[in-house]
Amino acid sequence: MDQAMTDQDVYAEDAWTVAGRTFRSRLIVGTGRYKDLEETGAAIAASGAEIVTVAVRRVNLSDPKAPMLQDYVDPKKYTYLPNTAGCFTANEAVRTLRLAREAGGWNLVKLEVLGPPPLLYPDMRGTFEAAEVLIKDGFEVMVYCADDPLAAKRLEEMGCVAIMPLGAPIGSGLGVQNPAMISMMMEHITVPFLVDAGVGTASDAAIAMELGCTAVLLNSAIAHAKRPVIMAQAMKHAIAAGRLAYLAGRMPRTMGADPSSPLTGLIR
Amino acid sequence: MNPPRIADTARSPHTRGMRDVLTLLLNGENRQFETSARGPLSVLGLLTELGLDMRKVAVERNEEIVPRSRYAETWLASGDQLEIVHFIGGG
Repeated sequence: MDQAMTDQDVYAEDAWTVAGRTFRSRLIVGTGRYKDLEETGAAIAASGAEIVTVAVRRVNLSDPKAPMLQDYVDPKKYTYLPNTAGCFTANEAVRTLRLAREAGGWNLVKLEVLGPPPLLYPDMRGTFEAAEVLIKDGFEVMVYCADDPLAAKRLEEMGCVAIMPLGAPIGSGLGVQNPAMISMMMEHITVPFLVDAGVGTASDAAIAMELGCTAVLLNSAIAHAKRPVIMAQAMKHAIAAGRLAYLAGRMPRTMGADPSSPLTGLIR
Repeated sequence: MNPPRIADTARSPHTRGMRDVLTLLLNGENRQFETSARGPLSVLGLLTELGLDMRKVAVERNEEIVPRSRYAETWLASGDQLEIVHFIGGG
């Protein structure tokens, strides 16, 4: 951090850029698993997120006038990040994102190719295959991946615009189970680096940000909280707190006490 | 796996009357459309008939994207597989 900047500047100028687009919020939220679209809209507004992930699915032809996500989460206000959730092969993922590009008219996408339940662990072979096709086809790919430093570096070299390893399995809420590996991976990545899955509550998001992640992507931690709108606010604060703590630079850990009050001038 | 397709569907306006029912695999379901009365069906015609808001959906025909600008001129043939999708909530 530039020492010439005032503390005020540090926060005021803190923004991040992916594929040429600049954002203030370091929280990306999913729009799935909410009770209804109204709650989705309210929780997303409360989170302060500027990017939202969305899924691509078949239209229900028996109810063509059913309310749509766009009616509650305005694509003019939020950057839609189409995902490939539920895709188990590279081909499915590529077809899905080509449809998403046609439906929305943008190139920034989230790629995930998953292995089978119950882990839904990133299938890296399928991920590489899909990333290659998508990048060639002009997409800007933010990629969900294993916490594998070599795989992450390779994805960056291929041209992925953000590297997004899991902190724990999707929807598990187990928190960041791999903080050391996340830190080590980050060292070698220059594009934005996000923890994408596993966050369960506010402290998990703060931990990811304190480690130095560019941003955090989460969905279930908000949608499955008893009160999603309140949790969305908690996440907003946690992300900001974690980011500020990272910018501030934490104190060193020491084995043993180091008192804050002077040990001199004590009464006897 | 699929029934034979009419190779050059762009010519289907001239084949009017040869086929009265169009069978499409629409989002995984077989659907039949009467064509005798109003002639061949384009993607535009199909979306209108289904009552879908064209600005909010995307269409894939036989695994190829149909660009929005070509909905009116993309004629459908029996056996075509169509996927019509939109954005929904997802993480």
